[in-house]
Amino acid sequence: MLSIKNLTKIYGGSKKAVNDISLDIQEGEFIAFIGTSGSGKTTALRMINRMIEPTSGTITINGEDITKKNPVELRRSIGYVIQQIGLLPHMTIKENITLVPKLLKWSEEDKDKKARELIKLVDLPEEFLDRYPSELSGGQQQRIGVVRALAAEQDIILMDEPFGALDPITRDTLQDLVKELQQKLGKTFIFVTHDMDEAIKLADRICIMSHGEIVQFDSPDEILRNPANDFVRDFIGEGRLIQDRPNMRTVADAMITPVSITVDKSINECIALMREKRIDTILVTDSHKKLLGFIDIEDINEGYRKGMDIVDLMGRDIYKIGIDSKLQDSVRTILKRNVRNIPVVDDNNTLIGLITRSNLVDIVYDTIWGEEPSRELASGADEA
Amino acid sequence: MTGNLLTDLYNYFVNNFAYLLSLFTDHLLMSVYGVLFAAIIGIPLGIFIARYAKLSGVIITIANIIQTIPALAMLSILMLVMGLGTNTVILTVFLYALLPIIKNTYAGITGVDKNITDAGKSMGMTRNQVLRMIELPLALSVIIGGLRIALVVAIGIVAIGSFIGAPTLSDLIIRGTNATDGTVYILAGAIPIALIAIIIDFALRFLERKLDPTYNPDDKTPKAQTVND
Repeated sequence: MLSIKNLTKIYGGSKKAVNDISLDIQEGEFIAFIGTSGSGKTTALRMINRMIEPTSGTITINGEDITKKNPVELRRSIGYVIQQIGLLPHMTIKENITLVPKLLKWSEEDKDKKARELIKLVDLPEEFLDRYPSELSGGQQQRIGVVRALAAEQDIILMDEPFGALDPITRDTLQDLVKELQQKLGKTFIFVTHDMDEAIKLADRICIMSHGEIVQFDSPDEILRNPANDFVRDFIGEGRLIQDRPNMRTVADAMITPVSITVDKSINECIALMREKRIDTILVTDSHKKLLGFIDIEDINEGYRKGMDIVDLMGRDIYKIGIDSKLQDSVRTILKRNVRNIPVVDDNNTLIGLITRSNLVDIVYDTIWGEEPSRELASGADEA
Repeated sequence: MTGNLLTDLYNYFVNNFAYLLSLFTDHLLMSVYGVLFAAIIGIPLGIFIARYAKLSGVIITIANIIQTIPALAMLSILMLVMGLGTNTVILTVFLYALLPIIKNTYAGITGVDKNITDAGKSMGMTRNQVLRMIELPLALSVIIGGLRIALVVAIGIVAIGSFIGAPTLSDLIIRGTNATDGTVYILAGAIPIALIAIIIDFALRFLERKLDPTYNPDDKTPKAQTVND
């Protein structure tokens, strides 16, 4: 739907910021432009909504040449999120979200409805609509920055290092959120980053740029498997390769068979099972193996005293992962969110496996040092 | 002696209230008119030079040169052309008010965070919409600051206007300096002048702070960012 042909931008007569790049982007794709600073990635992005006018070359959206369009109307039809967030400090969150609808002269009711709908989409309470940006934290502000780009039902969203200024944990949650939004809404997202982790996590295809030219434009897996040249290899980095080997595998390769109990059993049976297996957390399913919740060893003592049933005792707020997910995503969750383990489910929410912290650790060791030597080393140390 | 002076002053205020009030309003109005005309010219000029940065040097230099001329000299020169009276005083005030108004408008608009105007533009605002919806609201408190300085300066310049026959509160001061025992007259003129200047300064300062979008009276402490947001 978005097609870039021989796009070039020359500054000051000679400096080529973007040099003759061509690429096609399909509808609903999540594309990352990545490169070192000065590689022309931001310039390329900003030419899409004509914040920068190209020196030569064409960009067409759905077959329409954007240089033939009015730049103001073009920008209203393309969402844009910037690193510095750029919320207007003198307007409320609601006014900020509905800025483009206001420019497009929507009615008050439509704007109101849209603002409510969008703030729910990013898990913020409706009361925030009447607040000012300075009353929100950086992460909350960028959530507003993201939904502002969606407010007028734009089909293409451009993001210029949208998470660059956030702390790692906030960044991680926002990345998840954006990925989820993109899949739910099926819009085309194009974002610029210099963080390879971010690109691999979010993008369907990654466009690696250097000195204004495209070095490789491919899916993350393909880039990690077959880097086009030494530049790409360096860019991915030695350090990352360790992290990337498990990335090749899905969670199915690493998961273990979980201990679970059906919800109709009694607390006593549950305790007996947990004691026998020596585990601290047990997963609860229904009779069709559908995952319902979990019981923690800390909860069970209390439940036992009060004579509660499993159904009342179990925690339902459980983070789970699909069978097709990449192992890297679960590594991230376990390491960054400090979750002890993650149940693996299929599309019907049927429990099929479990990823724990310790079997991830095994994989990391196996990847770095291979399987046997590390164990010999460990037993040798014991004897000494 | 001092007790005597205060009673004299009080009696003077009571007995000449109508006269004082008319001088007070004349004084204030001359200042306000001059600043108002300066704002009508100066604010658009400030916006203009904020857009075309090359012109800013020229315009601000001209305004600076006007400012360096002593007020009495300016009044006298203008009097040669325009004659005696209030209009000459208003024109002088206008000329002196230009610099703070142009300069503050320029500074206010160029001081708006470029990321914010860039965000506005990238969302599809026209240049006028960026000006109206982003730059002016955010620069408003700085512009008001310019008006405040201009008004306070204007009160002082109008006071000199008595020398060219405009009815101002310093009519009383001049009369006091000419009389043998004129303390009461001097004070009766000086106190209201000081009062106008102070009140205007206070009121506009308050307005300035009110209109500053980054100023939030309820929240003075910086917030820590939590993990879950």
